[in-house]
Amino acid sequence: MDLLTEIAILLLAAFVGFQVISKVPNTLHTPLMSGTNAIHGIVLLGGLIAIAHADGALEKLILVIAITFGTINVVGGFLVTDRMLSMFKKKPEPPKADVEEAKPPAEAKPPADAAPPAEPA
Amino acid sequence: MSAPLATSFLQDPDFINACYIVAFSLFIIGLSKLTSPTTAVQGNKIAAFGMLIAVVATLLNPALDGSEFLLIAIGLIVGTAVGIPAAVNVKMTAMPQMVALFNGVGGGAVALIAWSEFRQLGGDLSADLATGIPLVFAAIVGSISFWGSNIAFGKLQGLISGSPVKIPAGLFVNIGLLAVAVGAGIAILTGSTSEGLFILILLAAAVLGNLAVLPIGGADMPVVISTLNAFTGLSAAAAGIALDNTALIVAGMIVGASGTILTDQMAKAMNRSIGSVLMGGFGGTAPAVEGGDSETGGTVRSTSAADVAILMAYARQVVVVPGYGMAVAQAQHAVRELAKELERRNIEVKYAIHPVAGRMPGHMNVLLAEADVPYDQLKEMDDINPEFGRTDVAIVIGANDVTNPDARLKSDSPIYGMPILNVDESKQVIVLKRSMASGFAGIENPLFFNEKTQMLFGDAKSSVSEITSELGSL
Repeated sequence: MDLLTEIAILLLAAFVGFQVISKVPNTLHTPLMSGTNAIHGIVLLGGLIAIAHADGALEKLILVIAITFGTINVVGGFLVTDRMLSMFKKKPEPPKADVEEAKPPAEAKPPADAAPPAEPA
Repeated sequence: MSAPLATSFLQDPDFINACYIVAFSLFIIGLSKLTSPTTAVQGNKIAAFGMLIAVVATLLNPALDGSEFLLIAIGLIVGTAVGIPAAVNVKMTAMPQMVALFNGVGGGAVALIAWSEFRQLGGDLSADLATGIPLVFAAIVGSISFWGSNIAFGKLQGLISGSPVKIPAGLFVNIGLLAVAVGAGIAILTGSTSEGLFILILLAAAVLGNLAVLPIGGADMPVVISTLNAFTGLSAAAAGIALDNTALIVAGMIVGASGTILTDQMAKAMNRSIGSVLMGGFGGTAPAVEGGDSETGGTVRSTSAADVAILMAYARQVVVVPGYGMAVAQAQHAVRELAKELERRNIEVKYAIHPVAGRMPGHMNVLLAEADVPYDQLKEMDDINPEFGRTDVAIVIGANDVTNPDARLKSDSPIYGMPILNVDESKQVIVLKRSMASGFAGIENPLFFNEKTQMLFGDAKSSVSEITSELGSL
């Protein structure tokens, strides 16, 4: 791809990032950080692309480690973010009960690359 | 390319690239849903689904064949086997180090991919600088991020001393290391094909990552973790340019941007420049406070759980001010119990959250959410500060510097100008503290000597539980 096109994409992505993220309230900064952390696990793709043209045992070893690292980053990152976010609850409307009402239980399963829904410990 | 029609359609680079467009759109949609706690869970799932699409699309690459699939499977399986238990078992109090660790492996992956690409190109990066420069950048920044995150993990986990470690002439050593890494990079970009030089880049950046984070103290960790997060994002974006992959460029850059914003916000919340944080903590640079108590001088009044309970029983509004001490003592559930008891007596309970309380941005919010505290009771600094005037009792649990009135009043204090929670404006202040040791910044806190303040010494968790049970028996 043309380098200038790539730089254009890069800049636009930076603006989108600034726009979207500046709206996140302090309350959600930890999940935001861990969610974006999971997203940079996208480097996993780099490993998958590079291994297609890798020759030699050392290169392949390096890339298997890279793929492992990337997978830890992605799977762990999204899962732990899900765990944290499912704990955020609104104040229940009727003052009598105080747990597990305000928010519907996490219905959908985490995505296929993740494990069964994580229950807060 | 002689594959059957259906396969060849799926393996068409345009189809794969279209999948990437879908994937990064889902990242952006997912992140924009993170702006509210009600949609955030869904947003995270959307982003994760985008990641799944991106990974599957990449596996359609026709250049991949059987033997590589085996290696890929090993990587994916091992990574999943490590990632899931880590994510499921980690305690909420240990979240900062978990994020640091996940961040580190991301950076490590980038550095390794850069190394492998260097070998793949036969070491000749000078022929195509549009690939070469991003690769060198990815190698340097990825390696710094990997090692820096590991040190941050070690500090947060208590494997390495959390207090600032002073390195002699640290700044010059670090600049020297960066110069070595960049110099080796330039040599490679201008024609050298030496793999040794490339490894030198990785090593110099590795040592730099270690030395840069080692001197930084625990309370500055929110800034460090945000910075490293941005670094890994930027290095991923650079790898994306080198590999001509739009998904990597967009996702990496968005993370780079978000990490930069967070870093900036954290530094502002401490009234310090990012530079001064990264140059080393208060403990390293600020002069020790000599004879500080000659001014503050007053006496400290200590109190008992029973007295605190009585005080609270007659309050109309109680504000809880949590800090890292609450995380250390794992007191969040006890705090929630206390709040329930107060609410049962129709006493208004609010939580005052300083942006840098804890060890990562939003750390306190996560802990209190874990204890089922509704997030609408968690008040940000600007919202709660006007409230202290009409607060009967403010209870400070393991927070120190973020409540220090010197930041407002004493222009020669090292923390002067830092936005703080104006706890001292409430009618009564209870401070739960292990001992009279000064906070991370090593600065006396006149709040403790304020005539409205009473200290309740001991472990935060048991102190809070005692107050609750005393309150219950009133």
